Amino acid sequence: MNKHEQDLQEVVDQAIAEQKVPHVKFKKIVPESVDIARLTSPSKETRQEHWGKGLTSLAIAVIGILIVAIIGFVGVRGLATFVDDKVNIFNFLLTSNWNPSAGKDHVGAAAMIVTSFAVTLLAALVATPFAIAIALFMTEYKSGRQAQFLQSVMELLVGIPSVVYGFLGLTVIVTVTRSIFGGTGFGILAATLILFVMVLPTITSLTVDAFKAVPQDLRKSSAALGATRWQTIFHVVLRAARPRILTAIIFGMARAFGEALAVQMVIGNAVLMPYNLVSPSATLTSQLTSQMGNTVMGTLPNNALWSLALLLLIMSLAFNFLVRLIGKRGS
Amino acid sequence: MHKLHLGKLMALILVLPIFLVGCSKDRNKITIVGSSALQPLVEQAGNDYHLTNPDSNIIVQGGGSGTGLSQVQAGAVQVGTSDVFADTQKGINAAKLHDFQVAVVGIAPIVNKGIGISNLSSKQLMEIFTGKITNWRQVGGKNLQIIVINRSRGSGTRTTFEDLILKGKDAVNSQEQDSNGTVKKIVSSTPGTISYISFPYANDPNIQKISIDHTRPTNQNIPTNKWQLWSYEHLYTKGKPDKETAAFITYILSKKVQRDLVPKIGYLSINEMKVTRDSQNRITKIGNAHE
Repeated sequence: MNKHEQDLQEVVDQAIAEQKVPHVKFKKIVPESVDIARLTSPSKETRQEHWGKGLTSLAIAVIGILIVAIIGFVGVRGLATFVDDKVNIFNFLLTSNWNPSAGKDHVGAAAMIVTSFAVTLLAALVATPFAIAIALFMTEYKSGRQAQFLQSVMELLVGIPSVVYGFLGLTVIVTVTRSIFGGTGFGILAATLILFVMVLPTITSLTVDAFKAVPQDLRKSSAALGATRWQTIFHVVLRAARPRILTAIIFGMARAFGEALAVQMVIGNAVLMPYNLVSPSATLTSQLTSQMGNTVMGTLPNNALWSLALLLLIMSLAFNFLVRLIGKRGS
Repeated sequence: MHKLHLGKLMALILVLPIFLVGCSKDRNKITIVGSSALQPLVEQAGNDYHLTNPDSNIIVQGGGSGTGLSQVQAGAVQVGTSDVFADTQKGINAAKLHDFQVAVVGIAPIVNKGIGISNLSSKQLMEIFTGKITNWRQVGGKNLQIIVINRSRGSGTRTTFEDLILKGKDAVNSQEQDSNGTVKKIVSSTPGTISYISFPYANDPNIQKISIDHTRPTNQNIPTNKWQLWSYEHLYTKGKPDKETAAFITYILSKKVQRDLVPKIGYLSINEMKVTRDSQNRITKIGNAHE
């Protein structure tokens, strides 16, 4: 027992000896002596605390290393096109001659970049009005069973694997667009229609949350001023929920931008600058997935694909950044 | 108590990958990666092989010919499968790889039923795929725009097709699909389309196989090179295969597999070939190497 603990023992013993509350039989609930050694060593709960904290930190460290490794790997591979193979980065971004196996002057991703953005924007543009309408119906007009039914329909749409959407697109949408607009039916229009169904649940559920987050007081105040329900929705609820709706749309766009398989099945995969909505073209993801297996690691065609992947990574970071920015401005 | 369970679970999750990595050092394991065209054959052969050799552990994955070649070159897998010769691929040092040709597969040009043609000359075929001929009327068919569906750049089937038909000319920039199945689906449903497909897939009533210079695309015409659009299916090992891998390759080349399984998948046995072809597309008759 060291000096510190001896002092502590004395203080405790003195305190026990000096108990002078006559009306309470203190001895029954208070120990007559105290084991200082046990008192100063960590309890079982403390050990659990340390153990839990350690595990959590370890898990976070593993995830952290993983994220750094992914970004690092994609970065190194993606930049190799520009560093090792001496491809001009402006040619990569601004020209649309894509045939990397023919040499470094044929690495132009502009057609894919344009197509990726076109399908993403169009899908968001088409899906947003429907998403807002469904969300309004679920939160402002009907609640209870009908809203719950719609909710489960949306969850169902999320659960369908993207290859199923792709196959539906290939058999139904492509055929329909071909018979209406001519051409082969493959192209941005078909991809937009598929992505519309795929991003609808994402945007809808986030928009529902946005409307639910609008304080009830605002609606009541509006009603007290004599506004109709539609006036309340249009001037108060929609306005109050706007930052969160924008966030919902961007989340939907991020999903559309990254979708590979379903789009690949209906876009036609011709690396051509799209000149209309039914001309076959290719997105960054469709080109990546359909080509990766055919290239040899470390060669220019392979590095060029990694550059596409890096571009996708940068874009998804940009989407995330945008969401944070809007969130900050809204609050 | 609940917290403690959670902790144990997390520890398990963290430790599990280490065990999984540990297991992969299993000595009898043969990993085969690459050509998706060859995947069904190798998979089935692997299953059959396991019945007589219970110790064997054969894992077959697709990923494409490029993946197969680069993985085997890197030493990551025991066998890389490919539809194309390794020395035609940039970045692959073919001298370090050992080539086992296990089967032959034919490739047939296919068109949508509605164009009214069943034969093309090889020159016409070349001009269609290089974009010189754009309407079926120009080759004696209906007045209908030609829609070319190509395979993905670098796919084994496309490489073979371009080497033998386009003879070095660049294909027209067109739609690309990365699987035989999708190509078949599109050609069968889209008017005016033309593409090419491996024989085992060319059995849809809505697609029309095209004869080239009046030679029909059948397995009977391949061994003598009368039908020239065919390619080898290769198994590549890095250097000489180890004992287990060699035993499995011997099994695939055995009479039993070559006689029963290879034709069942739709391929041609390597033993039936009366000619050989090297990576430069030079044809040599078997047994008459000096001619």
